Amino acid sequence: MTRELWEGNQAIAEAAVRAGLEAYFGYPITPQTEILEYLSRRMPELGRAFVQAESELGAINMVYGAACAGVRVMSTSSSPGVSLMMEGISYIAGTEIPMVLVNVMRGGPGLGNIAPSQGDYNQAVHGGGHGDYPRIVLAPASVQEAVDLTMLSFDLAEKYRMVTMIIADGCIGQMMEPIQFPEMKPVVRKDWDWATNGKMGKRERRLLTSIYLDPYEEEKTNLRLLERWKQIQANEVRYKEYFMEDAEYVVIGFGTAGRVSLSAVRAARQEGIKVGLLRPVTVSPFPSGAIEDLAKRVSGMLVVEMNSGQMLEDVRLAVKGRVPVEFYGRMGGVVPFPDEVLGEIHRMASGKITADINPRDAWYERMVAMK
Amino acid sequence: MVPTPNNLVYERPEGFTDAPTHYCPGCTHGIAHRLVAEVLEEMGVLDKTIGVAPVGCAVFAYNYFDTDFVEAPHGRAPAMATGIKRVLPDRVVFTYQGDGDLASIGMGEIVHAAARGENITVIFINNANFGMTGGQMAPTTLPGMKTTSSPNGRDVETQGYPIRTSELLATLDGAGYVVRRSLHDPKNIRMAKKAIRLAFETQVRGLGFSMVELLSTCPTNWNLTPVESLKFVGDKMAAYFPLGDYKISSGVAQIKV
Ligand SMILES: Cc1ncc(C[n+]2csc(CCOP(=O)(O)OP(=O)(O)O)c2C)c(N)n1
Repeated sequence: MTRELWEGNQAIAEAAVRAGLEAYFGYPITPQTEILEYLSRRMPELGRAFVQAESELGAINMVYGAACAGVRVMSTSSSPGVSLMMEGISYIAGTEIPMVLVNVMRGGPGLGNIAPSQGDYNQAVHGGGHGDYPRIVLAPASVQEAVDLTMLSFDLAEKYRMVTMIIADGCIGQMMEPIQFPEMKPVVRKDWDWATNGKMGKRERRLLTSIYLDPYEEEKTNLRLLERWKQIQANEVRYKEYFMEDAEYVVIGFGTAGRVSLSAVRAARQEGIKVGLLRPVTVSPFPSGAIEDLAKRVSGMLVVEMNSGQMLEDVRLAVKGRVPVEFYGRMGGVVPFPDEVLGEIHRMASGKITADINPRDAWYERMVAMK
Repeated sequence: MVPTPNNLVYERPEGFTDAPTHYCPGCTHGIAHRLVAEVLEEMGVLDKTIGVAPVGCAVFAYNYFDTDFVEAPHGRAPAMATGIKRVLPDRVVFTYQGDGDLASIGMGEIVHAAARGENITVIFINNANFGMTGGQMAPTTLPGMKTTSSPNGRDVETQGYPIRTSELLATLDGAGYVVRRSLHDPKNIRMAKKAIRLAFETQVRGLGFSMVELLSTCPTNWNLTPVESLKFVGDKMAAYFPLGDYKISSGVAQIKV
């Protein structure tokens, strides 16, 4: 197949179509609107369902309905819209049905701006909707990876009956890169043994709900979710490593921050600094095992994010204080330049780092001094 | 087969499971449930029906109907029904919602489902209060009516006026059939059943959004006896919320059942 130049958002949309997306529900918000616009043409052309909902509340609950019916369904939004969807996401998680949601993150909090951000890491990975529920979160760092992860997300969501999110940012969503699409998969309506699609003379009635009035029953459900989560942690962790063979230092970053860091790592390598990069592709499940192993062989780590150090906490949990962990972040929609990250690599490699201070506090002091 | 006596005049409709009711004595949710079950049975569509339960007293509607069911977040039943109907257009999809669910938190979803002409049927229970949470003021609470959150009676100066939902939705071109009926006496119950039938017929013919608003009782939260509650519906509620047909599209007008 040939390589074609595609914008990230449109590529995600087409990838979903090729994954067998049967229904899309969304609401316009920059910087993801091209997904909705693309699908408003593409889905009806293929005889598939498309609705521009009245709001993200409407959209996520249309997704909920279609997911109950057992079809491949997706919504996409950006930070404020995803916040609005959180109740629905919790219900979908509690009902244990598959769905895919793409968050093309933007600067926040509040209305913020439309520039690329990773400020929703905690919302996606740790928080968001109410109640105890795990979810799968994938973080692409290029348009091609966004395509591949979109295809994968539907399989994961269905395999584990779990909410699967892709967190990209305005950078991934709106830049154009040459990509190769996978083959168009046929729409297959699987005969799920849980879907509420009408008895049709074949079976007893079914019920899909997230209500468990008896706390002991709810706890059983919480445990069932955790059991599935254990399998996911064992089988679905994905990450990419660069220049790691002889690395003495490692930079850790996901998505666009990981990509910017790679440029910095390349530049540092040219200067002879033995630094590598670990880029989590699944931020949930988090590659804690890989990072723990690294902590046994490198002398220091630098976490780079486009937020105030949200993934940093997961890295520190994995490292368990074995090596110093440093942090560099830009917030509010600011994308760090490779030179900034290179400067941090220099600082780390100069040996003046220690595990004794909180990396977030230290970073904050440096940020304030810089401004 | 259980032998049936030859003077049998009343039995559980096929559309019902044998779950005992959880509704309060004198509450008309049960009547509304039964009418829907009878209509679905008579139309022979039980097998392809998917119900959407609300958050409210009818959250357990799914226990009673022998059809597939899902349970929506508060107010979002029309959105969920939209999602189901768009991917399974040959199924019969209905929501069953209270007035807090439909006319307060879910006003956005119901207006847009109607505006899109979504081919779903909505059974709308107007009991002038939030039943499940203990009788707070709803958008349908009558002026002066006491509730647990309007203890001195609904003061329209500060708490606004009731919303006449059927009238409001009837203004939308996507609505095929929108009517208000009442469950306060046998005559009105029979008329309600006819309306429910017509609403589902609207859906199976693809004639757009259909809704039957049903004036209902809530004796427990109204602090009235069941009989007094029925009288309150017939006298007071029907005065503010006139019974009648608010939208019958030309297509629906031709339906003969
Ligand atoms: C998002 C959200 N807000 C509030 C509630 C609490 N709640 C449950 S039922 C209900 C009111 C239901 O009243 P209504 O729709 O009139 O139905 P009824 O119980 O009277 O049949 C409320 C406010 C909730 N479950 N979810």
